[in-house]
Amino acid sequence: MNTTAQVLEKNKDRILEKWMQNQMADPSLREDLMTNDELQHQSKEMLDGLLRAISKGNYDNIYETEFEQVTDTLRDISITRARQGFSPRETGSFVLSLKQALIEVLVEQRQNDTSTLYQEIMLLNTMLDNLSIVTFETFIKGREEVILRQTDEISEISTPVIRVWDGILALPIIGTLDSARTQIVMENLLQEIVNTGSNIAILDISGVPAVDSLVAQHLIKTVSATRLMGAECIISGIRAEIAQTIVHLGIDLSNIKTKATLASALQLAFSMTNLEVRRIDRNKTNKLLR
Amino acid sequence: MERIPILKMGPFLLVTIQIDLYDRLALTLENDLINMVSQTGARGVLIDISAVSIVDSFMGRILGNIASMSRIMDAETVVVGMQPAVAITLVELGLTLQGVHTALNVEKGMELLNNKLGDNLEPDDEEEEDQDDRND
Repeated sequence: MNTTAQVLEKNKDRILEKWMQNQMADPSLREDLMTNDELQHQSKEMLDGLLRAISKGNYDNIYETEFEQVTDTLRDISITRARQGFSPRETGSFVLSLKQALIEVLVEQRQNDTSTLYQEIMLLNTMLDNLSIVTFETFIKGREEVILRQTDEISEISTPVIRVWDGILALPIIGTLDSARTQIVMENLLQEIVNTGSNIAILDISGVPAVDSLVAQHLIKTVSATRLMGAECIISGIRAEIAQTIVHLGIDLSNIKTKATLASALQLAFSMTNLEVRRIDRNKTNKLLR
Repeated sequence: MERIPILKMGPFLLVTIQIDLYDRLALTLENDLINMVSQTGARGVLIDISAVSIVDSFMGRILGNIASMSRIMDAETVVVGMQPAVAITLVELGLTLQGVHTALNVEKGMELLNNKLGDNLEPDDEEEEDQDDRND
């Protein structure tokens, strides 16, 4: 009598055919993201590896060395699919449809021997369930990497340092200030102060949804660091509700120059650098010209 | 033993720290500087730390000490050219150097000291002007 592995090896082509059929029949097949040839290639590679792995007689522990190649292939496939934007269902059905194909073939081959068939199906079930767990783990890891990368990008985009005037920098902060973000904001601001030789930095927090004691602490840190560098720091964009929260929390901002709007902060900055903005009286100049 | 040179520029003392300060050197500097202030009657001390890349709490304290001591002896202290990384470290250590003036570079530091000196002298000038007015 043949072992399960041998039976499956003999019917490899048939399994692959059935598996491909199953995958094609699935309404969620993403032909737009992946060609059929590619799918066929992936499936074949996966099946070859799997049959080689079980030929040693190990059906249940997929963390053994024989399965290394299978799990590696599977991880590659899931991570690529995660990046390409496949849904979890589409990724999971890759392995689960293999289970169906394997069982169908076994049923054909073991028509007379139901007890062996039953045991084989149980074994295959456990093995493929484990493999699908690996698929999902990797898939989610792939998605998390995408999310992390996007978070990095957002935090990079959202901390621009603007040069509003010669010697005056403005830094609009949008979104919540956490420790990591404060660090980036602080580093960018200080570096820019060195690069431009600016005297005054305006931190505009109108885009910060809420200020709690932690955020206030971060703001105070940034202001202190700016002061140490030899520049003055003005905080602007404090809304009524934020002012209320700050006072209720008992946060002391008395050492820090604060303004309600960016415009008034800029005005303060002008007066600190002895600059003046004046309206030009056009009538007067016209008269003079005549 | 190594020493950090202290230069006299008019009414000010200029110190440029070119190497990373270790504790002994910092203490010697503190000592030398205060002696120089008392000898020369300097009105301002300018410390350039643009080449310093590493600071610890001790260094922060020494800077604070120098500032407080100079204040007692009627001299203002300006620390100039602090590196961003150094500033962040000091803030994280909780040392905000209260009482120490800061400036971006030596040029701006000198300007600041001149202004401070000018502020102190101004009242006298105004009195003279008042007298002139009366004479008129």
